[in-house]
Amino acid sequence: MKFGSMMRTGLVAAGLLAGAAGSAFAQGAPIKVGILHSLSGTMAISETTLKDVMLMLIEEQNKKGGVLGRKLEAVVVDPASNWPLFAEKARELLQKDKVAAVFGCWTSVSRKSVLPVFEELNGILFYPVQYEGEESSRNVFYTGAAPNQQAIPAVDYLMANEKVQRWVLAGTDYVYPRTTNKILEAYLKLKGVKQEDILINYTPFGHSDWQSIVANIKKFGSAGKKTAVVSTINGDANVPFYKELGNQGIKAKDIPVVAFSVGEEELAGIDTKPLIGHLAAWNYFQSVKNPTNEAFIKTWQTFTKNPKRVTNDPMEAHVIGFNMWIEAVKKAGTTDADAVIDAMIGIAVPNLTGGLSAMMPNHHITKPVLIGEIQGNGQFDVVSSTALVLGDEWSDYLPDSKDLISDWRKPMSCGNFNVVTGKCGGKGK
Amino acid sequence: MSPKRILAVLLSVLASAALAGAALAADLAGLVANLTTGGFGEREAAITAMAASGEQRAAPILDALAAGQLYVRKSDNLVLIGKPDGNQLSLTEAISGKAAGSGTEADLDRVRVNNRLRGVIEAAVGSLTLMSPNAKVRRDAAEALFKRRDASSLAALDAALAVEKDPRIKRAMSEARAASVLASDAPTAQKLDAIALVRERADRDSLGVLEATANSATDPEVKAAATAGASAVRQTLAAWEAAQNVWYGISLGSVLLLAAIGLAITFGTMGVINMAHGEMVMLGAYTTFVVQEIIRTSAPHLFDASLLIALPLAFVVAGGIGILIERGIIRFLYGRPLDTLLATWGLSLVLQQAVRSIFGSSNREVGAPSWMSGAFQLGQINVTYGRLWIVVFSLIVFATLILVLRKTPLGLYMRAVTQNRPMASAMGIRTPRVDALTFGLGSGIAGLAGVALSQIDNVSPNLGQGYIIDSFMVVVFGGVGNLFGTLIGALTLGVVNKFLEPYAGAVLGKILVLVFIILFIQRRPRGLFALKGRSVE
Repeated sequence: MKFGSMMRTGLVAAGLLAGAAGSAFAQGAPIKVGILHSLSGTMAISETTLKDVMLMLIEEQNKKGGVLGRKLEAVVVDPASNWPLFAEKARELLQKDKVAAVFGCWTSVSRKSVLPVFEELNGILFYPVQYEGEESSRNVFYTGAAPNQQAIPAVDYLMANEKVQRWVLAGTDYVYPRTTNKILEAYLKLKGVKQEDILINYTPFGHSDWQSIVANIKKFGSAGKKTAVVSTINGDANVPFYKELGNQGIKAKDIPVVAFSVGEEELAGIDTKPLIGHLAAWNYFQSVKNPTNEAFIKTWQTFTKNPKRVTNDPMEAHVIGFNMWIEAVKKAGTTDADAVIDAMIGIAVPNLTGGLSAMMPNHHITKPVLIGEIQGNGQFDVVSSTALVLGDEWSDYLPDSKDLISDWRKPMSCGNFNVVTGKCGGKGK
Repeated sequence: MSPKRILAVLLSVLASAALAGAALAADLAGLVANLTTGGFGEREAAITAMAASGEQRAAPILDALAAGQLYVRKSDNLVLIGKPDGNQLSLTEAISGKAAGSGTEADLDRVRVNNRLRGVIEAAVGSLTLMSPNAKVRRDAAEALFKRRDASSLAALDAALAVEKDPRIKRAMSEARAASVLASDAPTAQKLDAIALVRERADRDSLGVLEATANSATDPEVKAAATAGASAVRQTLAAWEAAQNVWYGISLGSVLLLAAIGLAITFGTMGVINMAHGEMVMLGAYTTFVVQEIIRTSAPHLFDASLLIALPLAFVVAGGIGILIERGIIRFLYGRPLDTLLATWGLSLVLQQAVRSIFGSSNREVGAPSWMSGAFQLGQINVTYGRLWIVVFSLIVFATLILVLRKTPLGLYMRAVTQNRPMASAMGIRTPRVDALTFGLGSGIAGLAGVALSQIDNVSPNLGQGYIIDSFMVVVFGGVGNLFGTLIGALTLGVVNKFLEPYAGAVLGKILVLVFIILFIQRRPRGLFALKGRSVE
């Protein structure tokens, strides 16, 4: 027996003894949990909150005695909104700190940047933000919404309830809006919307002068058909966009705007009175009334020592992801990546909207889709909600991904199985 | 008739009136109850019924509903209107209008509405308030009905038109009537008259009405008239659109001017490549935020003056930090442009992170004072007061700066030092002091720009980053060292950008502008207005 394995045996024995003695305090070295969110740079506005919520969840879990009798320890790194740095920091977390799981990333480009690292080093990443789909990795658990859990139901809502016939698809110029708009365009055409009734517009990150674009939307909207804007505008650019909508007198009842990246946190910097009635589609709103959510909001506001601190959808995704990971570690009895990845599938934990969310074989989760209208106080009123919807990683509306499915259970273990050819490996990686 | 009988008749009339009143009140109560129970569909039916009842008391209830101020008290299911009053809501009974004390959101259930209902409510309130004694309310009512274009409002409009005296409101009402006629199954002749009337309005809303008629009409004559009307309106609007783009261009140009004018001094006259210029703008914006926070907590009545108070403070804060930077770093790096570039870039990151550590990474809300909010129509151009004031402000800053440079001793020293440093020094000018003051002036002006930009952009640590490239572009394009060049450069780039955006899109538009500037600089390396003389060499 080598010295190392002797030590390990000794530790296990010690752990068993301590467990047998019924001691309440945690034993063994703490389990490290990596937090990979930008704390500086352009994305800091959104990601810092997620770092804080992770620290809170870890603190709460430690109060309950940690997991497997061991305490949890957060390892926080700052990838500084710099996409290549995300990959470097991910490598550092997995190789140097040997974290059991990583919670992180916001933009799709940062996720794409760390993906090879997680696959190479066999790590576990929990990705909490709504994204464009068209991806499924064995090492990533997608707790945010896929397009069918956010974009498509929002469009359905506008068609059915507001009788919208003309569509402006406005987005920031990068991978998430472009892919989402491609899916939406295909979906709208399938629903019989003509090409001339769709206007697609992209703007750069941080675009601040919206005068002529909003005027153009207004012009497009005066063709005698009910018009709506589907906005995948991301980050800082939203504030001047909404201000300009208010300035030019575009009311929600004339041209409603439904956004996929605007939540409570983003509205914190704006006077929302001129925006009442504009919509957002998410899987969670702070205004949802139920005991789990109220308790969560209270814990969060106490933790941040700010009684006005808001909660939002990606935070809920981290709550779900973290609780699922804890359950999976308990089920597997170890933090070993392979065992945990296998144990994750089928785990169901309560979400904050009053139901249960389950991890499915495609590494996506089930969530309800909520449509909310902006209120004068910066919160959302839920005007429509669906039953649980499973995230669909490969869109049914894009020709080269509609035949693909993903199932990470053995023996299939494939992220892009082509049901037509019957082979693993179609589009994608 | 004997007096007795007259009395009897009078009494019976009174009694029946009272009875009718009671019946109406019961009706209203029933409808209001429908409003607060059931789904959005039932609510819509109740709203339409309330509009059809013609009951005047329904209007304020519907207004409150649209504003999200209609509540049901949990304890006794009473329908109340709650107006915010500090942290509490001051309550009145919806139907009787009696005061009902105050309460908090926790004891009440808000009656929810969605966009669709808001549209229905607006039309309902419109048809209820067409006879209002207040002229503005009547006008708004007519406008709401015009947008709604619903055949069911014809009767109310006809009744209101018969008694309306004010010619402008009468006009608005007949337009609303025309829009409603087009949505009804009225005979062709009436529809053609209506199209002619709507066509004369020639604005976006009338274009919508005409397009909708052209799309849905079955009668070929009506269809042709509506199509012709729509294209005529579109032509009128196209001219307005060009004018509007010029205005948007000037507005964007004024923002660029504000951001660039400080740089025109530090970069243009001193030759310092100051990458931290954007952060001076950001500091100005955060100064505005701090001023507003203090005013909000300690002197709310001063809120309208908050920007005026913030202006000198922002100038002092940004200018002071500018002087510190010049004395602390830049003076050791004169004549080493590459080192200055790197040092100031590093400094910009330090300042950003410092602000992020102090104020947090999320956006801060800077409110608009009342004289900067709202908009007015100039023909078909929508001019917002905020943008208008920023244009005025940028011109004032520009003029003041010109005056300072031309008419004050400081300006004289500054020009002397930039033109010939050794000679100025030999004449007894303390050149290091002038350098510090010049840099401070440039930074201070960036701070002023920050106050203005806090009104239109995010107040976040990244505020400055978005403007630094544009500012350099403006200064280089306009001609380094020439303030008038900066003015012309900023306005040109603004207008060109706004004309390109609707056709090429924002991303391609920016690229085209950049390519244009690169080509322009190839042709005229010194920009629009090149400085001549010794300083250039």
